[in-house]
Amino acid sequence: MSVLVAEMAAKALQMNIPLSVQLDLTYRCNERCIHCYLDHHDHGEMTTAEIKDLLDQMADAGVFYLTISGGEILMRRDFFEILEYARLRTFCIKLKTNGILIRKKEADRIKALGVESVQISIYSHVPEVHDAITKLPGSLAQSIEAIRRLRAHGIHVIMANVLMVQNVHDYAGVRALAAELGAQFIMDPTITPMMDGDRSILNLNVDEAALREVFRNESLVGGNIEEFCAPPLSPGEDEMDQLPCSAGHTACYVSPYGDVYPCVQFPLPSGNVRRMKFVDIWRDSPQLNEVRSIKLRDMPTCSKCTHGGTCTRCPGLAYLEGNMRGPSYQDCEKSYARTGIPSENLKARKASSQPYHSLRLVQIQGLQPAAQALPFSVTESSVVNA
Amino acid sequence: MNNKRYVARSTAIAARVLGDETMVMSATNSTLFTLDEVATVIWESADGATPLEEIVANKICTQYDITPEVALKDAEGLVEQLAEHGLMLLSDKPIAQSAAATGGTK
Repeated sequence: MSVLVAEMAAKALQMNIPLSVQLDLTYRCNERCIHCYLDHHDHGEMTTAEIKDLLDQMADAGVFYLTISGGEILMRRDFFEILEYARLRTFCIKLKTNGILIRKKEADRIKALGVESVQISIYSHVPEVHDAITKLPGSLAQSIEAIRRLRAHGIHVIMANVLMVQNVHDYAGVRALAAELGAQFIMDPTITPMMDGDRSILNLNVDEAALREVFRNESLVGGNIEEFCAPPLSPGEDEMDQLPCSAGHTACYVSPYGDVYPCVQFPLPSGNVRRMKFVDIWRDSPQLNEVRSIKLRDMPTCSKCTHGGTCTRCPGLAYLEGNMRGPSYQDCEKSYARTGIPSENLKARKASSQPYHSLRLVQIQGLQPAAQALPFSVTESSVVNA
Repeated sequence: MNNKRYVARSTAIAARVLGDETMVMSATNSTLFTLDEVATVIWESADGATPLEEIVANKICTQYDITPEVALKDAEGLVEQLAEHGLMLLSDKPIAQSAAATGGTK
């Protein structure tokens, strides 16, 4: 982050201005990604007029960075009408799309409307792997074609690679593809629960060994690995009052139905723009004010953890794990993979865990007639189907 | 010699007033700039129809302790810098909104 951007963010925080908003236009999508945290039905999306009114409200409230996402944004027939209106209200516009519906005409229009960046998810450079994740045959080829069209216009394209079990070995290939296409490469190593709290997709997360490999890859980390993976110092007094992230402080998320949340990854309903003004929700929502009150010093375990000052703890993930002030074990595990030092939460979880029974020694000999005793001994590590 | 100079904000920008400052970002290269309080007054008054000299006389000299000559010189330096980065359009004739939207004539 540049000094100027940091200064503006600090000023926005001081003035309680929502500098950055992600607005999802729709949850409908032409892909069916296996790790997606959304359902894809239309439960009553905001109309074009409602979205334009919201854009007016957000501009008046001071929103500068506007990320337009979904679902697939081009599934909305009024997408370019909305984009044009957002341009008139002078937002810094970032788009997130899979690019499937971006053909020449759409690329020309996006260029003309001066968006800051277009982010497209590419899961693998191998078509079979990417298409198996999106469940849309031919999707990799179509997304790459969209990237080429956008790059031909000089548009800043970000190629986002979400790491999961299915594509764990492919990030180097995606990175090389990004370089070839002139796109920026970013990686997200975390699969998050669905917005409705369903955690079944978490089994797509890569294991600790794969995470460790990522954190020790100098070309991905882009700095000093020794320093990045070094055991952290315990948090100091200043860090005790640090904010966990921008969610609810200078940023928030608005769903296609007008629901306001602290962040797309923090599904705490905080108001609805169909019933209240955006700025009133931003300023007065008890939920957002609760999020704003979270400080490291108030978290009983994290405040005593050596990772406290450097952890990427996400309050939204903690909320999805049951308590926005409690642990986000996914972040604890990332800190562990990075440094090799377990967090206080991981230690507490291990200490309080119940004995693991599935491998227990089961006395089966007594069930057998003495003359037919098993010809081998059962050890504690044997799996016994009693 | 006609010294009238018209100024208009480009539409190929992102901009937002933050307190007494303005953030302006070029949509062509994502470079971020901030304008201070006085520059913000000129930025907000740059409607393409009001000459820069008039903006300086009516919005700057009436609010700040500065001579018209010095204020105009400063303002010209500012708008030229902004124009170099594609954030503002300059013309010796009034600038229509459609010209600002398409890049206009400098």
